[in-house]
Amino acid sequence: MRAHDVEGAVAALAEAPNAEFLAGGTNLVDLMKLGVETPDVLVDVRRLTSDRVEDLEDGGLRVGAAVPNSVLAADRKVRTRYPALSQALLAGASGQLRNLATTGGNLLQRTRCVYFYDTTTPCNKREPGSGCSAIEGHNKNHAILGSSEHCVATHPSDMAVAMAALDAFVNVLGPDGDRRIPIEDLHRLPGDEPQRDTILEHCELITSVDLPPLRFLSNSKYRKVRERASYAFALVSVAAALDVEDGVVRDIRIALGGVAHKPWRATKAEETLRGEPASEENFRAAAEIELEDAEPLRDNAFKVPLARNVMVRTLLELSEER
Amino acid sequence: MSTTAPGSATGTVIGAPLDRIDGPQKVTGTAPYAYEHHVDNPLYLYPLHSDIARGRVARIDAGEAEALPGVIAVISHHNAPTLADTRDRELAILQSDEISFRGQYIGAVVAETFEVARHAANLVSISYDEDRHDATFTPDRDDLYTPEQLNAGFPTDTEEGDVDRAFSSAAVTMDETYTTPVEHNNPMEPHTSVAVWEAGDLTLYESTQGTHSVRRLVAKLFGLDRERVRVVTLHVGGGFGSKGLPHANTVLAVIAAQVVEGRPIKFALTRQQMFSCVGYRTPTVQRIRLGADENGRLTATSHDVVEQTAKIKEFAEQTAYATRTMYATETRRTTHRLAALDVSVPSWMRAPGEAPGMYALESAMDEMAIKCNLDPIEFRIRNEPELDAETGLPYSSRNLVACLREGAERFGWEGRDPTLRARQEGRWLVGTGVASGIYPVFRLPGSKVRISYRGDGRYAMEIGAVDIGTGAWTALTQIAADALGVGVESINLSIGDTDLPSASVAGGSSGITVWGSAIFEAARAFRERHGDDPAAGDTAEAGTPDNPDTENYSMHAFAAYFAEARVNEDTGEVRVPRMTGVFAVGNVINPKMARSQFIGGMTMGLSMALHEESLVDPRFGHVVNHDFAEYHIPTNADVGEMDVTWVDEDDPHVNPMGTKGIGEIGICGSPAAIANAVYHATGIRVRDLPITPDKLIH
Repeated sequence: MRAHDVEGAVAALAEAPNAEFLAGGTNLVDLMKLGVETPDVLVDVRRLTSDRVEDLEDGGLRVGAAVPNSVLAADRKVRTRYPALSQALLAGASGQLRNLATTGGNLLQRTRCVYFYDTTTPCNKREPGSGCSAIEGHNKNHAILGSSEHCVATHPSDMAVAMAALDAFVNVLGPDGDRRIPIEDLHRLPGDEPQRDTILEHCELITSVDLPPLRFLSNSKYRKVRERASYAFALVSVAAALDVEDGVVRDIRIALGGVAHKPWRATKAEETLRGEPASEENFRAAAEIELEDAEPLRDNAFKVPLARNVMVRTLLELSEER
Repeated sequence: MSTTAPGSATGTVIGAPLDRIDGPQKVTGTAPYAYEHHVDNPLYLYPLHSDIARGRVARIDAGEAEALPGVIAVISHHNAPTLADTRDRELAILQSDEISFRGQYIGAVVAETFEVARHAANLVSISYDEDRHDATFTPDRDDLYTPEQLNAGFPTDTEEGDVDRAFSSAAVTMDETYTTPVEHNNPMEPHTSVAVWEAGDLTLYESTQGTHSVRRLVAKLFGLDRERVRVVTLHVGGGFGSKGLPHANTVLAVIAAQVVEGRPIKFALTRQQMFSCVGYRTPTVQRIRLGADENGRLTATSHDVVEQTAKIKEFAEQTAYATRTMYATETRRTTHRLAALDVSVPSWMRAPGEAPGMYALESAMDEMAIKCNLDPIEFRIRNEPELDAETGLPYSSRNLVACLREGAERFGWEGRDPTLRARQEGRWLVGTGVASGIYPVFRLPGSKVRISYRGDGRYAMEIGAVDIGTGAWTALTQIAADALGVGVESINLSIGDTDLPSASVAGGSSGITVWGSAIFEAARAFRERHGDDPAAGDTAEAGTPDNPDTENYSMHAFAAYFAEARVNEDTGEVRVPRMTGVFAVGNVINPKMARSQFIGGMTMGLSMALHEESLVDPRFGHVVNHDFAEYHIPTNADVGEMDVTWVDEDDPHVNPMGTKGIGEIGICGSPAAIANAVYHATGIRVRDLPITPDKLIH
């Protein structure tokens, strides 16, 4: 069904417990074909939220939830002020999918796991309590950080990893009005509720994403590692922004993709590096501190050295290009 | 046709780079693939798969599905027709409640639309009596057995001389094990059937590599006279082996059409369903031992293979077959052992045997060359055989050395520094590798060609052969033109229909050899009987003639592949910016299409080397990465420069065209060239395909 405005869409979902918002549909429709998602009602929101990228008074940018991934990637302001975001978008999916996929929908794509996508196998995300098939199954693409005994899936979005590194805020409309969520808090770790990928309530709708005005974010980069050159989910990805003055790290943002149930903000590494010399040795030490908590599974121990190497290389490139 | 000049003179059409006859139809979307054949008032089928790997269907509750508007029938073993022949347990579906592998067809929903059928299938509730299953493939199982023979009738084991003694006394030895994973054919066009029963006659529009073989099997299964079954296949969007023999999907469509007689059934597999019932390549574990003297001449060659088959039907891939003829060696042994599991039936896939076998052998040859301190090309040349050791016969032509030399020059092999990790560009380690390739010249029985003069200057050329996308429409037209001594514009080719004279399956790279030879024979008969100035309606028919030279010569195509691999030191990512392939395949019918075939084959080699891997979860017994998000094949961005050429090779023994078949040679060894290049770049020898970043990173 269609609503007249965002408030109407939210109200429609509030009345229908098994309804879902539909935007680009690039993930939801796939999941419906497989019987993983079985909504009774779809509320089309693609034309309700903004499809524009606008300047904010504080110098940041506001990205409407309906802005297609391809448009956002090509936006001149995004490319100059937040290159990591543009690079992340272009590293994701295919040209056709990027044309259709929206900013809000990209954030809300479900986590990936072959067993989640296969309704003939147990999965706590699909059927809470049925068990996790991946923990003792094929788990090369799965999480090494922040997983639980209930779920080891990873979040597949490239865009969200860049936004996590950029300290974006997500604007959400619910029945009780607006709220503003730091992107770090939007996605959640599986814990004992792996069926919930985000903290959003059933009828809450993402209306836009705000990118902060920090100038050093123009020195940012996204590096995605994948088995083939195009059209594959990240084994590991790194979004980073670096502010170096006189060889010393003044400020830094690092987020990892492909390692956890959510975009993984590498706060430990950031804290370790702030105020320290921007050197390969320090980058490596910081990366290792971040990965100290890693708990690899049967097939994905390689992600630990991989994430370390990509963090170090990305930070080195950012400090050299400065 | 834009390139008419070379084909307009008689007798010169073979070898001309004609554009595809079916090109305009294909690019305008008007070429009728099986699913696109128009039928009135069709119904759509969605299959029900078993969710257990072994046991019985206890109960099927279809009430909710049947109540859905648009659902016509829910079919299961309760209401499926009894088949006339149930000996082939892969094909004898819905005959009992027994389940032999996960994903087995146990029923189907037939509905007015595909969407309703799929939705209804989700509403069918099935309960099982589950038995313990065994889907764990390991080489150290204690129940491995020796099959009576291998695919294509090759002997299971061979032995020449005392390999163990030669190995233990060799100056240089290597002993390594190579593994390849389960791989699934995934042609762009999935397996599709449109089945129509009308007054006891069955018409099947089928995506297959062999119309007549489908007819033969379907007629037998359903107890029909062959004349009552017609199979039509005008275009196929890729076969690669999985469409070489009918699989259970075809049977399911025909069963459904019988149940709802009067309305046609359309059945196209989803991409996910391509991973359950239409065959796949067995995983292989290949131990190779080589021994050489101080001059780098092989004294011992041993290739021992363990692979899997299904309990319900045996398929024994001839993985070590190529090793029996590839190089000269004083002693040799090849063996094949199988594990029979509760899994679906493996089958033909892109050069069964040679593709995995030559990956292992050519990797081992690289390792051995290094041990012998020889350039890998020189090492191969030193072990070039005089005769085919397998048969004791001379080769009808063998130009492997010419391919290696020509390739070395084109690729820039000379002056290559064999030092490992010697070249680096930025973060990318750069290496190069070489490998040889071989593929036999197969000759299949059962093809006939009918030629009729239509009276308008044109000849009708009829054979039920199938063009699986390779260009047979065009190549057969070219052969027919030369056989009759006319231009291509005088040939009216009809293929892909069992109403036409019978044809062997488009498999084993044999189509041109078999069908082309029949065309030449029929043309000879036609001219003999009707002369050069025939009357309208004059006709002649002939089959593929016996070729006495097959008794006197060993016939194989050969190739050399070169690859450059770049491996990122930080990430283990592997990229292949360029490959060179040089082929010795006899005469080339159409260089434009041949080039596409070679590039396609080498791209499959790249795919096998770096990407393809079906992950079987033995707890469940099925492939869990069953879609293109998880099962990787190369994208355009992964395929770099593909430099392809062939050497002049005049082979008068193979057939009247002098051709050897080119469909599969591109994949038989090319994965090893990449693996060898990765080793040269990194110093890491990955003996377990595919070569993915996790195997290269530390």
